[in-house]
Amino acid sequence: MFTIAAIAIMIVHVLAVARALRGPTVFDRVLAANAIGGAAIMLLAVLGFLTGRPEFLDVGITYGMLNLIGTLAVLKFFRYGDLARSDEETVES
Amino acid sequence: MALLIDIVSWLLVVGGSLFYLIGGIGLYRMPDVFTRMHAHSVSETLGAGALFAGMLLQAGWSLVALKLVILFAVIIYTGPVATHAVARAARFAGVEPMLNSHKGAGGSKR
Repeated sequence: MFTIAAIAIMIVHVLAVARALRGPTVFDRVLAANAIGGAAIMLLAVLGFLTGRPEFLDVGITYGMLNLIGTLAVLKFFRYGDLARSDEETVES
Repeated sequence: MALLIDIVSWLLVVGGSLFYLIGGIGLYRMPDVFTRMHAHSVSETLGAGALFAGMLLQAGWSLVALKLVILFAVIIYTGPVATHAVARAARFAGVEPMLNSHKGAGGSKR
C-alpha cells in the first residue's frame, strides 16, 4: 500500500524535475522547486510509515517550513534583484 | 473492525497517491504557469489530504497521529502562501495568463 504511494510520489518527483528543466519562465522553475519540496515531504511521511519509523514526520514538518522560506527567498530575489535591500532605495519598477 | 480500518486506509492511501500523480502530470503538461499552479494545488490538497487520512487511520490515537495532523496543517498553510507568491511575482513580472482571446501568449507548447 505504501509502496504504491512511494512510487507515485517518486514519479511526481521526476515530473517536477522535468518541468523545472523545461519550464520557459523562471516562475515555472520556482513552482517546480516548490512541488519537489512538497513531494519530498510526502515521500518522507510515506517512507516513515513504510519502515515503521515515525521520526521522519518531524523532519517533514521542518522541511515544510524550509520549503516555504526557500520559495519566498527565490521570489524576492527575482523581484528586487537582491535579497538585502537597504531602506532608502525606492522600488523603481 | 481492524480489517475495515485497513481496507479504508488502503483505499485512502492509493486514492491519494493517484490524485497526487494526477496533480504531478498536470504540473508537467499544463500549457501555462497559472494552470500549472492549479494542477500543483490539486496534488497538494486532495492527494496529500487523502494520503494523510489513510496514514492517520493506520496510526490510530498516538503521537504519530498528532505529528501527521501538524504536518498536514503545515502543508495546508504553506502551500497556498507559496503559490500566491509565485502567482503574484509572475504577474508582476508581466507573465500574461494564456486566455483564449490571445493565443500563445506565455504558453510554452502549442
